[in-house]
Amino acid sequence: MTELHVTLEVNGEHRTVDVEPRRLLVEVLREDLGLTGTHVGCDTSQCGACTVHVDGKAVKSCTVLAAQADGSAVTTIEGMGTVGDLHPLQNAFWEKHGLQCGFCTPGMIMAAADLLKHNGDPTDTEIRHAIEGNICRCTGYHNIVLAVREAARAMREGPIAAATV
Amino acid sequence: MSTDVLGKPIKRTEDPRFITGKGRYLDDIKLPGMVHLAILRSPYAHANIRSIDTSAAKAAPGVLAVIVGADIPWNPLPMAWPAGGASGIRNNTNMPRILATDSVKWTGEGVAAVVAQTPEQAQDALELIGVDWEPLPAVVDAEKATQPGAPQLHENAPNNVVFEWNVGDKAGTDAAFLDPEVVVRQRLVNNRLIPNPMEVRGDIGWYNSGTDEYTIWMSSQTPHIQRLLLAAFVTGIPEHKIRCISPDVGGAFGSKIFCYADMALVMWASKLIGGLPVKWVEGRRESFGSTIHGRDHITYVEVAATRQGEVKGLRVKTLANLGGRLSTIGPGIPTTLYGRILSGPYKIPNVYCEVTGVYTNTTFVDAYRGAGRPEATYVVERAMDLVADELGIDPVEIRRRNFLPPDSFPYDNPSGLLTAVNGSKLYIDSGNYEPALDKALAMAGYADNAAKKAEARTRGKLLGVGLSTYIEVCGVAPSKWIGAVGEGWGAAMWESSNIRVHLTGKTVVTMGTQPQGQGHETTYAQIISHELGIPMEDIVIQHSDTQGTPFGYGSYGSRTSNVGTGAAIKAAAKIREKARRYAAHMLEAAVDDIEVEGPNYRVKGSPDKVKTIQEIAFALDLAFDTPEGMEPYLDETAYHDTPNCTFPFGTHIAIVEVDEETGHVDLVRYVAVDDVGKKINPMIVDGQLHGGIAQGVGQALWEGAVYSDDGQLLSGSLLDYALPRASWLPAFELDETVTPSPVNPLGVKGVGEAGCIASTAAVANAVIDALSPLGIRHLDMPFTAQKVWGAIEGAKGGRA
Repeated sequence: MTELHVTLEVNGEHRTVDVEPRRLLVEVLREDLGLTGTHVGCDTSQCGACTVHVDGKAVKSCTVLAAQADGSAVTTIEGMGTVGDLHPLQNAFWEKHGLQCGFCTPGMIMAAADLLKHNGDPTDTEIRHAIEGNICRCTGYHNIVLAVREAARAMREGPIAAATV
Repeated sequence: MSTDVLGKPIKRTEDPRFITGKGRYLDDIKLPGMVHLAILRSPYAHANIRSIDTSAAKAAPGVLAVIVGADIPWNPLPMAWPAGGASGIRNNTNMPRILATDSVKWTGEGVAAVVAQTPEQAQDALELIGVDWEPLPAVVDAEKATQPGAPQLHENAPNNVVFEWNVGDKAGTDAAFLDPEVVVRQRLVNNRLIPNPMEVRGDIGWYNSGTDEYTIWMSSQTPHIQRLLLAAFVTGIPEHKIRCISPDVGGAFGSKIFCYADMALVMWASKLIGGLPVKWVEGRRESFGSTIHGRDHITYVEVAATRQGEVKGLRVKTLANLGGRLSTIGPGIPTTLYGRILSGPYKIPNVYCEVTGVYTNTTFVDAYRGAGRPEATYVVERAMDLVADELGIDPVEIRRRNFLPPDSFPYDNPSGLLTAVNGSKLYIDSGNYEPALDKALAMAGYADNAAKKAEARTRGKLLGVGLSTYIEVCGVAPSKWIGAVGEGWGAAMWESSNIRVHLTGKTVVTMGTQPQGQGHETTYAQIISHELGIPMEDIVIQHSDTQGTPFGYGSYGSRTSNVGTGAAIKAAAKIREKARRYAAHMLEAAVDDIEVEGPNYRVKGSPDKVKTIQEIAFALDLAFDTPEGMEPYLDETAYHDTPNCTFPFGTHIAIVEVDEETGHVDLVRYVAVDDVGKKINPMIVDGQLHGGIAQGVGQALWEGAVYSDDGQLLSGSLLDYALPRASWLPAFELDETVTPSPVNPLGVKGVGEAGCIASTAAVANAVIDALSPLGIRHLDMPFTAQKVWGAIEGAKGGRA
């Protein structure tokens, strides 16, 4: 199969990969670039575990061909923050016990980050609708909603408020 | 560096890796030279295999091997828990082979496998395998499967019956029905569920020809048990030549307890191709046929009661659909874990239950969160509402009239705990049911129900309020019970813990239990910190690898807090005792004169003569002058058996609104008052309850496996099988009562399953309550808009 040359900016770094045309963005991120924080939870674009940002928008990376993302900027959970320098959403998920097994968490954080870009003070209902494309089987979503609300508060009030996600 | 951590909502120590994308799940593992395995699965629910042609697949690009069942001389998977244990009850057992050889019994059963350089090549080559099928008639419904003329799955199981089991006092119960004041009867379907943890299952098998050893990474709740089963029952490979490792497990809910064919298949494949690591990860759709399902009961319940609502007899007949072959402990779930707690929190003098296990052409069925206890709770809680409805008594009142009073405990219940044989008697350890009920009623504003219903009616909504006053059985299990003839599997179920306080004072604790999201790395550290006075940040909890952890039975059945913590506390006590002896040596005092307070070991009456546990560890771990008979190193192992299960309880109240025009059900409020005893970490406890409640609500409102009559799984993907989503659920309103369990040192009970044991019945009762003004007395789950709309129209004599 002819391989395609794909150029991406991933978490701020310039990356190039040669991929089969059928290769999905999530496969390139996980297999070729070793960014295993982005997970695959289904095969019908239902669960959202693979959510990343492509050019600033949350997308399910299992539903995007790597070739379609050519030339794009991609942000994954690894690009959000590190243990010593957590993004407010990462911190809030920790503080509010917004995760149990952790498998859906990266996608959930990426989906929530997209919401908070557009809505800095979402209601619980708005939060629940914003993450309805992401399935969590552990938490019943209760603490995830609290975490997103807490992150929104921290981002409104904290030093990161002016920065983009 | 506080050690005052027990009972506090400490943030989880495992979370930093998960929130930064550094968790390590099975599919994240990449080994040098690793190749990939894919499994060809049956498209038929019932068929004979005439022949399999693998020649084209073998020649496909990247393919290293094609495997069929006949190639593998290993045994079928083991049957670990027959119904009735070793009592002699006939279990017509048929277990899956590594790959099916002669016939398949459900869509999704594995028949061949390809090993290739890439997952895509393996998948592509599967399509080149030619199977000459002889399709056979199929049956998917347990009731139909036992009827004359139904398709027969197995020669040794006439009428597709796996077993017939019963419990309780048949004569006494029949007598209660001879001349009762009131009798209520109902057929109840407990819908089949598909567990769907967000991480699917997978394995990596690696054979090292230099050592003749196999390493298997598996997304499993039970790595130690799997090593034992794979060694002693499936492959015959010596146990010390097998190592099982569970990396981070992305949810399980019971579905990852079991011994699966793929575990052995990756072992076989790795050796076959010369020792390259072989990875298999199921796809989500594949998972619907390769990983167990849960529930699937058809039950006929009868209740005899007085006109005052006192329940005198409970007679239950259940058909349990176990699928096309048996999973590891499939028969144990609808028997011991179901029939024995049918009376719930109630004082019902006569209980009798018959269960028939049934083969059908469906995916095998085994323990899914709650495992038998949600099914039992559903039966008795629906029954209570049906009796209340029949008598015109409020559902709250009927429960009050039948609750076991608080002075009943320890209580032998008539639905079976009492009748277990050979010294295996269990009792309900503790309970005080009315305070939890009263608290929940106040939170839910139960007294205002009539006004709320009237207000909803003005908006075209039917408001319903449903109760579930449940009990749970945690801590599977005391070995005397689960090992007893007639009950369990004739083996123990203790837990294990090893604690090593290294010479720098840093402490490594290894456990035989196996987390899947419950936060064990935090809660065990809280306990050990409390017990030894060592700061939590100096403690690491290890688990999940048969190399380096003591044998343990893993985590399921809400057993870790009752059984596992007992092992950790016992190991800590041994550490304290040894530290005390060595402190006496260091301080030149008598052992009996050493007092322990947190980390400090001090001579009574001489407050300045003190050594910390860190100082003691440093000295003892390097010791060249230990007292006579004392070994160096602060290193102790303990095994702990629980004397009894624990019995959390509580009241859950669901409030729903049904749209009269569309049948759509909206869960508008959910109140839960749970008594799980003392809490190690209340934040984690609440999280377990939230998740359990959501899963139980899922069963009541949306989830349900649907098979066509010929055995195709119509709800075979996440497009078709509805898992609860954030926008479908309300915030949950939780509160507690605290009745410490007397059976373990912490007074804890367990909480992993309580939420979903209670919530299904609460929501079901709420929906029926909402529909009751239309004369609807019962409806089976899930309450999809289509089904509810049909019921409403039917009740009104309308279109449906």
